[in-house]
Amino acid sequence: MDFQAILKTVGILSLVSAALSVIISIAEGVLNNYGIVELDINNGKKKLQVKGGSSLLSTLASEKIFIPSACGGKATCGLCKVSVQEGAGPLLMTEEPYITPEERKQNMRLSCQIKVKTNMKLLIPEALFNIREFICELVEIEDMTYDIKRLRMKLPEGQTIDFKAGQFMQFYTKPYGKVKEEVFRAYSISSKATEKDHLELLIRLVPNGICTTYVHTVLKVGDKVRLSGPYGDFYLRGDCEELIMIAGGSGLAPIRSLVYDVIEKGLPHKMRFFFGANTLRDLYYVDEFEQIEKDYPQFKFIPCLARPEPSDNWQGVTGFVTVALQDQVDTGEGKEAYLCGSPGMLDACIKILKEKGFTDETIFYDKF
Amino acid sequence: MTPNINPLIIFIASIFTSNMILSNFLGMCSYLSVSSEYKTANGLGMAVTLVLVLTTAINWLIYTYIIVPPELYYLQYIIFIMVIAALVQILEMGLDRYSPDLHAKLGIFLPLITVNCAILGVTLFMVIRHYNFVQSLLFGLGSGLGWWLAINMLAAMREKLASAKLPPGVKGPALSFIITGIMAMAFIGFSGIFTIQ
Repeated sequence: MDFQAILKTVGILSLVSAALSVIISIAEGVLNNYGIVELDINNGKKKLQVKGGSSLLSTLASEKIFIPSACGGKATCGLCKVSVQEGAGPLLMTEEPYITPEERKQNMRLSCQIKVKTNMKLLIPEALFNIREFICELVEIEDMTYDIKRLRMKLPEGQTIDFKAGQFMQFYTKPYGKVKEEVFRAYSISSKATEKDHLELLIRLVPNGICTTYVHTVLKVGDKVRLSGPYGDFYLRGDCEELIMIAGGSGLAPIRSLVYDVIEKGLPHKMRFFFGANTLRDLYYVDEFEQIEKDYPQFKFIPCLARPEPSDNWQGVTGFVTVALQDQVDTGEGKEAYLCGSPGMLDACIKILKEKGFTDETIFYDKF
Repeated sequence: MTPNINPLIIFIASIFTSNMILSNFLGMCSYLSVSSEYKTANGLGMAVTLVLVLTTAINWLIYTYIIVPPELYYLQYIIFIMVIAALVQILEMGLDRYSPDLHAKLGIFLPLITVNCAILGVTLFMVIRHYNFVQSLLFGLGSGLGWWLAINMLAAMREKLASAKLPPGVKGPALSFIITGIMAMAFIGFSGIFTIQ
C-alpha cells in the first residue's frame, strides 16, 4: 500500500467519524435535553432544580447527595437503590435482577439506571442524604471520669451538621505507634442537635482498644479529626407520654443529646433517666443533670451505683439499674424506653421492660 | 452495471420472496428474543425498519461518493457499521424521549440493532447487487417491512400459544423455531411470483 492510499484511508475515516460525531452531538443536544426538572425529595422536604438527561445517581451526586454505589453505575452491584414514587418510568431489564418483589412495591429503583427526564418524587432515607465527611478540629478534650474523655470538635468553617439526637458518628484514627493503619469506630453524639457547628463525643478507654487508646493517649487539642455521619436509627420517636432512659458508662452520650432535644423543642414528655455506674467516681455530668432537674420538673435523674464505696457516702439508689427499673417503673403503657450501654446491661434491662409491658415497638436501644 | 429491475419489484420481493428472516435468516437474535410480546415486537419492527431505510440511504450515498471514487472498498465494512451505530444511537435517544415505555421494553435489544445482521446484510446486498439509489431505498424499506412482518407474525402466534397446552419439550425457544420454520416454508409459496438475489 502506498503512502497516498494510507493518507486517503485515514482522511476518509476521520471525515466520516467526525461527521457522525457532529450529528450525534447535535442529536444529543436536541433529544437529550430535558431542560430543568425538579426533584422532590421526601415529600417536599427538599426540592432540587436539576438539569435533566443524566442518570439519577450522578444527578444526585452533583447535588451532593451521595447514594452508596460500588460499581459506578453499571448495574452490577445493586447498591444504589432509591425509592422513586413518581417520574421514573417502567422498571428496566437491567434493574430486574436487583429489585425484590417487596422492593418493587416500595418503588425501589437502581438510581444508576434511571434517567432524570421529568419531575421526580424520591424517598431517600434521611440518614443517607445527610451522611457526610467532616475534617474537624479538636478544640477541647476533658476528663469526665478516670476513664471517660469528652471530645469537643469544631466543624470546618462554614460547614454544619444536621443530626437527630441519639445518632452516632464514625471516628477515624490516624496510624500511631504500632498501629499502622487507620481504623474507625462509632461513637454517639453527646452534644445538642441544635448546635450544628460543633460535635461532642464521650469516649471511654477500653483496655487495648485501638481507637480509644488513640483518643486517650495520642490525641491533643488542635489535632484534625476525621468524622463521618450521622448514622443510626436511635433517635426520639416520642409517640408516648413518658420516656424511660437508661444508660451505663459512656452510653450517657446519646441520652444527654436526647434530653436536650426534648427540652429545647419544648416537648411535653416526662423523662426519667436511669444512669448506672459502679462507684461514685464513675458518675459524671451529675451537676448538669441535677440542674436540668431543677429547671425542668418533667425530667428526673436517677443515678444508680452498683457498688458504692463507703467513702462515697452514697444516698441514692444502690444496686444495678435493673433494681431501680423494677421498683420505679410500673407499666409500659404510654412509655417508650431508650437504652444505651453494654450488651449485658441492655439485655437485663430489656427483659425487665418487657415484663412490664414494653414491646419491641416501644424499646429503642444502641448496644456497644 | 445497475440491474434493470423495477424498484417496485425489489420492494415487493424483499418483503415476501426474499424476506430477510424467512429466506435469508438474517437478524434472528432479536427476532427470537423480543417476540414474546406483540406490542414490543411491533416497536422493534418499526425501529428496525426505520434504521434500515435510513442506513441504506446513507450508506448508498457514502459508498457511491466516498468509497468508490478513491477505490477504498476495504473501508466499506467499518464505515457501514459506524453509520449504523450512530443512527441507532440517535434512535435510542429519540425513543427514550418520545416513547420511554417502548425504550424500557426493548432494553438491551435497542442498542443491539447495531449488530442486527439484517441491517448490515441489506447494505451489503445493495452493494453486491449494484442497486441504484431508488432501488436501494425501496430494498431497504421492503426488507424492513418484511422483517417487521415476520417478527409480528411470530409474536402474535407466541402470544396466542402462551396459554396453550403444549408438551414441555416444545415450549419456549423450540416453539419459536418450529413456527419460524413453518412460516419460512409458507413463504416459499411466494417465490413463484418473482425472485431477486
